[in-house]
Amino acid sequence: MVALHHYLILSAVIFAIGVIGVLIRRNLIVVLMSIELMLNAVNLTFIAFSRYLGSADGQVSVFFVMAVAAAEAVIGLAIIISVFRHRQSLDPQEMQLLKW
Amino acid sequence: MVSPEPSSVAYDLLRWMPLIPLLASGFNLFFGRALGKQTAGALAAAAVGASFALACYVFWQLPAHGIWRDTVYTWIESGSFQVALSFQVDALTAVMLLIVTGIGFLIHLYSLGYMAHDEDRVRFFVYLNLFIFFMLLLVMGDNLLILFVGWEGVGLCSYLLIGFWHHDHNNTIAGNKAFIVNRIGDFGFILGIFVLVTELGRQGIWTLDFVELQQHVKMLEPATITLITVLLFVGAAGKSAQLPLFVWLPDAMAGPTPVSALIHAATMVTAGVYMTARLHFLFILAPATLALIAVIGAATAFFAATIALTQNDIKKVLAYSTVSQLGYMFLAVGVGAFGTAIFHVFTHAFFKACLFLGSGSVIHALGGEQDMRKMGGLKGFMPVTYWTYLVATLAIAGVPFTAGFFSKDLILWQTFSHGATGLWSIGLITAGMTTFYMFRQLFMVFHGECRVDAHAKAHLHESPAVMTLPLMILAAGSIFSGWLGAPEYLWGSRWEHWLEPVLGVSEVHHDSVSTEMIITLLTLGVVVSGFLLAFVNYRKTGAQTGSQAGGGLFYQISFNKFYVDEFYDLAIVRPFTALASFFARIIDPWVIDGTVNGVATTARRFSNIWRYLQTGNVQHYAAMFLTGALALLAYFLGQL
Repeated sequence: MVALHHYLILSAVIFAIGVIGVLIRRNLIVVLMSIELMLNAVNLTFIAFSRYLGSADGQVSVFFVMAVAAAEAVIGLAIIISVFRHRQSLDPQEMQLLKW
Repeated sequence: MVSPEPSSVAYDLLRWMPLIPLLASGFNLFFGRALGKQTAGALAAAAVGASFALACYVFWQLPAHGIWRDTVYTWIESGSFQVALSFQVDALTAVMLLIVTGIGFLIHLYSLGYMAHDEDRVRFFVYLNLFIFFMLLLVMGDNLLILFVGWEGVGLCSYLLIGFWHHDHNNTIAGNKAFIVNRIGDFGFILGIFVLVTELGRQGIWTLDFVELQQHVKMLEPATITLITVLLFVGAAGKSAQLPLFVWLPDAMAGPTPVSALIHAATMVTAGVYMTARLHFLFILAPATLALIAVIGAATAFFAATIALTQNDIKKVLAYSTVSQLGYMFLAVGVGAFGTAIFHVFTHAFFKACLFLGSGSVIHALGGEQDMRKMGGLKGFMPVTYWTYLVATLAIAGVPFTAGFFSKDLILWQTFSHGATGLWSIGLITAGMTTFYMFRQLFMVFHGECRVDAHAKAHLHESPAVMTLPLMILAAGSIFSGWLGAPEYLWGSRWEHWLEPVLGVSEVHHDSVSTEMIITLLTLGVVVSGFLLAFVNYRKTGAQTGSQAGGGLFYQISFNKFYVDEFYDLAIVRPFTALASFFARIIDPWVIDGTVNGVATTARRFSNIWRYLQTGNVQHYAAMFLTGALALLAYFLGQL
């Protein structure tokens, strides 16, 4: 029997992996993928609670998150492509024009 | 005291009286040059003429106890406090309307000739029409705020016209002086309005309307009324050139002579008298203020007359004479004879405008010369100017059956019968001095040998008809305008009956006719001796005229105007400018700028430390985000 806390622990682990990916990876595409990981970790939590509580509310939220994530991926990739065309690089460390 | 409630009738015609000069002024401002200088001037004169025609019509049609009103729109509305842009005409306003538009029209006509050679005369007529507009606002406003707008507006026009020939720096300084001295008075005036409004508001009455003020003014404490009236009188003293704020008026003669005649003799400077008459219901409740006004009026009359005795500038003599006559008016106000004060405003407007325009005619003929020592014997060259000047001189001196005789004698009689014997004797002596300095001037300018230099003499000419016609009309007015207010022992006064609905029945006793005649004879005696003194000393001019150096101590003091300007310069202007330059050099750059810049510098230094947190690296921001989120999480977990 897989209990609720198993889902939550897995979700937390995936979320942490996503956070670390966003913070330390040097490739914008991987950063974007890490964000997807974080979102899906949250989705997993929603589904687990939905099942546990016997309520459909969590599943509705998941659909919204997935729709937003799709839109975000489209825009994010478009930005990344145009940045790459401009600078021939995807390293976020090199994109520091907006500072002091 | 209070006459039956006057009937108030709405009448849309009134707004056109001030509006026409304003429109003409605006039109000339933008299109005057395109119109041509002569046409622009004619348009300006025609606009005032139209206003004059309206004023005559209104004067004719106005019922004895009536008030006509014209409310254009509500200007300010704040809770129960309402101020409307609204005009009213009652008997008092009707008289002032006739003076302002009538004399104004004549002077516009005169200016067509006088300013004929001036390059800038379109601007001149723009200002002059604007002045008529503001003056009409002043006398027609049905509440204190409209009056105040007009009051400030005429001050502005006065400033603009004194400095009209701004290429001469002295004229600009004179304009500034007039403006600043008037500011002092106006400050008192507006403080008076504030106190009046708030004190009445404390009783639940929020109004500035004259009719409503008159109904409710009894609710105020006597001490408050005294304070209000003194403050208002400070304003009147500034505008009407009373001690100690009279210093601007003689300097205001730097403006073109028609301006001196219109603004600084006939109309604007009498605004203070008009204001006290308009608010007479307030002033009669403050006997202490009235006493102060009487003393200041008499002192001003005397003081200015002593200065006028020795001046050599033709316009300066008239300027001090104006100050002196305004003193008489306030003397009348001070003894509670508001109607008589307005009567003197009325007659004075004729003879003083005539005198100024006459002097302008002389100055015009001599190509700008104003020193009477370089005149003389002009009688033969300028007969019309001479005869009108003579008539006006007789009028101001108070020769029987001229306008000045009736009004000045009435003031002296009112003062005497009021019991103010001291003030009366001062007024009596002043009447003698008035005669002396006016005939001194007449003899120096028109009689004796001609001291005009050869070059100017070749150009000597009588002024054109457009200038002499107003002179003749004003000279006629200098005689006949006084006949409206004759004393009881002649044919009685129509004047007081006309003003009764506004000012209430005069308190002055007419019972002792014989005393009144004796007083008049005394005055006449003084006047005749003043004339004889001038006749003996200045009939054959030449010897005395240049004796500036030879005079005694009193001559020197009078000639130097009691050193009042020097005293003000030493006591007020210099300390003030010293203080101002101290503030400009120490306080402003170090304290004010120092504080402001110090705040900015501190903020900049502080933010310099923290700005390096902003690296521009998205991942750093995300890390901070995470730190913050974790900190919040830790905090809330700790709360559990």
